[in-house]
Amino acid sequence: MIFLTRRATFSASHYYWNEAWPEKKNLEVFGRCANRNGHGHNYTLEVTVGGEPDPVTGFVVDLKWLKGVMEREVLSAYDHRHLNLETPEFKQQIPTTENIAIAAWRRLEPAIRAAKGAKLTRIRVYETPEIFAEYRGEA
Amino acid sequence: MKAYFGRRYTISASHRLHTEALTAEQNQATYGKCNHPHGHGHNYVIEVLVGGEVNAETGMVVDLAALDNAVQERVLDRFDHANLNLDPAFADRVPTTENLCRTVFAQLKDALPARELDHLRVAATENNFFECFAEG
Repeated sequence: MIFLTRRATFSASHYYWNEAWPEKKNLEVFGRCANRNGHGHNYTLEVTVGGEPDPVTGFVVDLKWLKGVMEREVLSAYDHRHLNLETPEFKQQIPTTENIAIAAWRRLEPAIRAAKGAKLTRIRVYETPEIFAEYRGEA
Repeated sequence: MKAYFGRRYTISASHRLHTEALTAEQNQATYGKCNHPHGHGHNYVIEVLVGGEVNAETGMVVDLAALDNAVQERVLDRFDHANLNLDPAFADRVPTTENLCRTVFAQLKDALPARELDHLRVAATENNFFECFAEG
C-alpha cells in the first residue's frame, strides 16, 4: 500500500467556550482562547489516502481530483470563516484542533469512499507550525 | 473517539559521535564529520504525538499545559543548551539522534499518563529524522 498526502491551507477564526460551564471555568480551562471576540489561525490541512498505484496511470489517486474534493468539502466551508458561527458542526462542538481534524474526516471520507479508489487513512490539522492534531478514523 | 495531538519543541545541544569500542580510525570512518574531536551542535526538533479520547467537555485529547510541563521538566531543562555526551543517559551510549529519540521517549513515557504517548520524532537537521513508536 502507498500513502499519499495532499496539503492545503485555510484561514479561519474561532474561540473556545463550553456553554455548560460558568465564565470563570471557561477562562480557567481555555485561557486566551476563551475570548468571545475570537481569534484566528492559518491552518494547514493534510489529507492522507492509501491504496495501490493504478497499473496504467501509476496514481494512487488523481491529485487534481483530491484537491477538488478538499476544496469542495472542507476549504469552501472553513476558509475565511468563523468556525463557531458559520459551520454547523461547531454550533455544538468546540472547534479545537482535535475536533477540526475529526470534522474534516467526516466531510471528506464519504466523497473519497464514493470514488471507490484509495481509502482515507489520516487527517492532520496544524493550527500553528508547533501544534497539530491527527485523526485516523475509528479502527 | 480517539484522536492525536502533536506538539513541536526545539532544543539546541552539542554532541560528538565517538565510541571507545572503536579505534580512532574506525570512529573517523564510521562517524565522519560527527567524530571531530570538539563536538558540534544542532537545533533539534522534537515532535511529540499523544493519543487519547477526545474529552466531550473540552474537545481536547490532552491537557496542553501538562504536556508542556512534562516536556519542559523531563526534556528541555535537561537537554537544551547542554552537551549530550556529558549527560548520564549517554555515559555508555553514543548520543546519536536514534539514541536521543529513545532517551526522550523513555523520559516522556514515564511522565505522561499510561499509553498516552504514541509517537516521537526527533530531527537533527531538516534533512533527517528518527522516530520511536509506542509498542503494541
